[in-house]
Amino acid sequence: MLNSRIPAGPLEDKWTDYKGHCKLVNPANKRSIEIIIIGTGLAGASAAAALGELGYKVKTFCFQDSPRRAHSIAAQGGINAAKNYQNDGDSVFRLFYDTIKGGDYRAREGNVHRLAEVSANIIDQCVAQGVPFAREYGGLLSNRSFGGTQVQRTFYAAGQTGQQLLIGAYQALERQVALGNVIQYSRHEMLDIVKIDGKARGIIARDLVTGQLERHFGHAVLLCSGGYGNVFYLSTNAMGSNVTAAWKAHVKGAYFGNPCYTQIHPTCIPVSGDHQSKLTLMSESLRNDGRIWVPKKQGDSRRPSEIPEDERDYYLERRYPAFGNLVPRDVASRAAKERCDAGYGVGTSKQAVYLDYAAAIERYGKIECRKLGIENPSADVVRKQGVAVVKEKYGNLFDMYEKITGENPYEVPMRIYPAVHYTMGGLWVDYELMTTVPGLYALGEANFSDHGANRLGASALMQGLADGYFVIPYTIGNYLADDIRTKPIPTTDPAFEAAEKEVRDRIEKLMNIKGKQTVESFHKRLGKIMWDKCGMARNEKGLQEAIVEIQQLKKEFWSDVRIPGGINEMNPELDKANRVADFIELGELMCKDALNRRESCGGHFREESQTEEGEAARDDNNFQYVAAWEFKADSQWELHKEALEFEVAKPSQRSYK
Amino acid sequence: MEHYNMNLTLKVWRQKNKDDRGQFETYQVKNVSSEMSFLEMFDILNEELIREGKDPITFDHDCREGICGACSMYIDGRPHGPWHANTTCQLHMRAYKDGDTIVVEPWRAKAFPVIKDLMVDRSAFDRIIQSGGYISVNTGNPVDANAIPIEKDKADLAFANAACIGCGACVAACKNSSAMLFVSAKVSHLALLPQGDPERKDRAINMIAQMDKEGFGGCTNTGACEAVCPKEISISNIARLNSEYLRAGLTIDK
Ligand SMILES: Cc1cc2nc3c(=O)[nH]c(=O)nc-3n(C[C@H](O)[C@H](O)[C@H](O)COP(=O)(O)OP(=O)(O)OC[C@H]3O[C@@H](n4cnc5c(N)ncnc54)[C@H](O)[C@@H]3O)c2cc1C
Ligand code: SF4
Ligand code: FES
Repeated sequence: MLNSRIPAGPLEDKWTDYKGHCKLVNPANKRSIEIIIIGTGLAGASAAAALGELGYKVKTFCFQDSPRRAHSIAAQGGINAAKNYQNDGDSVFRLFYDTIKGGDYRAREGNVHRLAEVSANIIDQCVAQGVPFAREYGGLLSNRSFGGTQVQRTFYAAGQTGQQLLIGAYQALERQVALGNVIQYSRHEMLDIVKIDGKARGIIARDLVTGQLERHFGHAVLLCSGGYGNVFYLSTNAMGSNVTAAWKAHVKGAYFGNPCYTQIHPTCIPVSGDHQSKLTLMSESLRNDGRIWVPKKQGDSRRPSEIPEDERDYYLERRYPAFGNLVPRDVASRAAKERCDAGYGVGTSKQAVYLDYAAAIERYGKIECRKLGIENPSADVVRKQGVAVVKEKYGNLFDMYEKITGENPYEVPMRIYPAVHYTMGGLWVDYELMTTVPGLYALGEANFSDHGANRLGASALMQGLADGYFVIPYTIGNYLADDIRTKPIPTTDPAFEAAEKEVRDRIEKLMNIKGKQTVESFHKRLGKIMWDKCGMARNEKGLQEAIVEIQQLKKEFWSDVRIPGGINEMNPELDKANRVADFIELGELMCKDALNRRESCGGHFREESQTEEGEAARDDNNFQYVAAWEFKADSQWELHKEALEFEVAKPSQRSYK
Repeated sequence: MEHYNMNLTLKVWRQKNKDDRGQFETYQVKNVSSEMSFLEMFDILNEELIREGKDPITFDHDCREGICGACSMYIDGRPHGPWHANTTCQLHMRAYKDGDTIVVEPWRAKAFPVIKDLMVDRSAFDRIIQSGGYISVNTGNPVDANAIPIEKDKADLAFANAACIGCGACVAACKNSSAMLFVSAKVSHLALLPQGDPERKDRAINMIAQMDKEGFGGCTNTGACEAVCPKEISISNIARLNSEYLRAGLTIDK
């Protein structure tokens, strides 16, 4: 059994007790301790800033040209915090409870409670940095609702919350760079972990501009490298998001937790053709005000405006009256798939449902007219006022929709369909965020820790910043306090040489294949296997087939991929080939994990395990555990289990009816 | 939207590395769908080049949602192409018709050296932020977020400026390669908020000094930057920056 090292004691005291008793590193010793941080998204940038402020010597790495461009920048809707500014019954306990339930009882109570506790500090910290959250006329902060909750606890900055939070963290990071506490390496990709005496002691990175390999020592290494949704090829993730950093760590001994837990987001712009390179999210915040529907008649090809009210099926409101359009993502996505599979889908592909703002525009318009004292306003005036309100709340999202589809969502309902969005699985970490390799940590989306089998909206930003600003500064000290006598290890050490040679050999091997098929074509094929057989619905036969298909794809890749250009130059195709090779291996493990978990929970839906009403059926007797996979050899893994115990939030059938 | 296919001629700047002189190459791209994005059209061209054994075209991109600021193509003489308030990745092919010729170049500015083809080095922007584009607050000691009420109008304006994505189109559009719009957006974002007030003098002075050091040119108020900015950062910020700078210069005493 794996030991998650959760502190003893009552749930609400664990973190306070931990902080009161963990070991500390004194300021003078911090100055001689070096920490490597892979990734500068919310998790990495916040960790780097906080650790730099404490006086550690930090190096950050990212593959983009600037830390500010990390994928976190794209988060739209908002960030949760148990501030209870709305006086609507929120509390640390309720945020904890919603998150555990939302995750379908597959997350650790101790971690999630800590997350809820520090959530309020995050908002304070961000405001102090100058993050311009939305405000009310009285000058105080505004909140909105998100799925899976009945309170308003989401803080936001229009539809650009991730951008504003990341710029806040980036500015804090740049300040530390200016102060000399952090050295920043952009356009660098980590390609291996270096282990010495069983501990993580450094990395091998490739300078993407020159192609040169570099060795960097660290007393500890933090992986803040994001999620792996791009294993599906099409996802809402940025084009560069990849699993390589986490995968290299996995191969070097870090267990991979719950790899099959994938979040399929219900509201994304549907695929338009084979040329599609990525999918675009329409923020969950749109479900606050928009209503989701399909025609009541199968194959109805009328325009949406021609379908009268009583011939529309607002299926979420019908099936889940208590939460309506704000059910959690996994539930909303499956419901959309169910309607489309049954022949009620809309648009040319019939793989879409409507997200309609007409009612919201009218409702807001009437309120505005009342505020402005306009009596008996005409429908046009109401509409004009309503459009203005919707524009302020969601303007950038509506503009984005129009740019992509050429349709005006203020006039016609948006067409949406579920798409891969987030990965709850990731490197297994203990309470201190340490992986199974001592000195190697994983933060943010890269770890598996807090969201169980389904993440609630607005909780990833919260977790990334909680890990970076408020958790790691304490937990890393507990490890480094025993390491203050370790002098920096010269990178001429044989372990560095060996790791670098391994990386070099692999790159040369890839370049020498000189086959016929492009990297992109392999990635697309992998994505199709994953989407068809390890996507929104999974079954035993499909998963077994997928494993065989992926193994074949791997062979083909390593014998027929074509990578143009050279090694010692900027070569994006080579970078991509390295990443796709790792995605292929990960894909196999995801299918293996999905096959092993013969229950449905959260985003993991096994067709064999459903209730009569088609809802996910958990099997707590057999599967109330975290699956942590140990890499043994090519295509061989050993399963370790971490039992989940629920002392406070007792597992029950999740109901949003 | 009616969907159609088109054939296009592309003239693309190719440059092996920063020391290479570089030149235009001409490519024919067939059967481009009006529903594709501009970068998807490049993906297709690149796939073809690889299959033909040629070197694909290097360009920066990541989010493809108009928010990360990575993409940066100078299209027919205009950063990010013909659409208003748009990024290259959000430009879609319905902006073009069958038979069109499109010329694509990298950002051109002394402070943004070309790395390869259409990819440039914008690390100067990071260094400008390092010189003062932040509020000096350490983690862990702020007051409650609602302890500092901020007028909604001011908060909204600060947000509008904080929306800058650091793409550098403003520099690419400017005949002097000035970075004033970028710097003014950051200075305004922070100066408009009470939290940013204590450091506002040093911030304006230091950021402008760094901007000059990086080799960006001066501003002559032509407004080219505002016209191409994907986030509609207003040129009135430059006036605000100038007055911040002047005031700081007049009153700073150290
Ligand atoms: C479109 C979209 C909208 C979202 N909206 C919301 C929202 O409203 N609310 C919410 O809570 N969550 C949202 N999420 C989820 C959330 O944005 C992410 O989970 C979160 O930002 C991840 O942050 P991170 O710091 O873990 O990783 P990322 O931001 O993905 O950063 C990863 C970093 O690692 C670096 N990196 C990766 N591999 C390597 C390597 N090998 N070498 C060097 N560097 C490497 C990258 O350069 C980057 O700096 C959204 C996600 C998407 C896709
Ligand atoms: S001001 Fe506008 S054009 Fe200039 S970097 Fe910012 S977003 Fe880009
Ligand atoms: S690719 Fe991110 S803004 Fe264009």
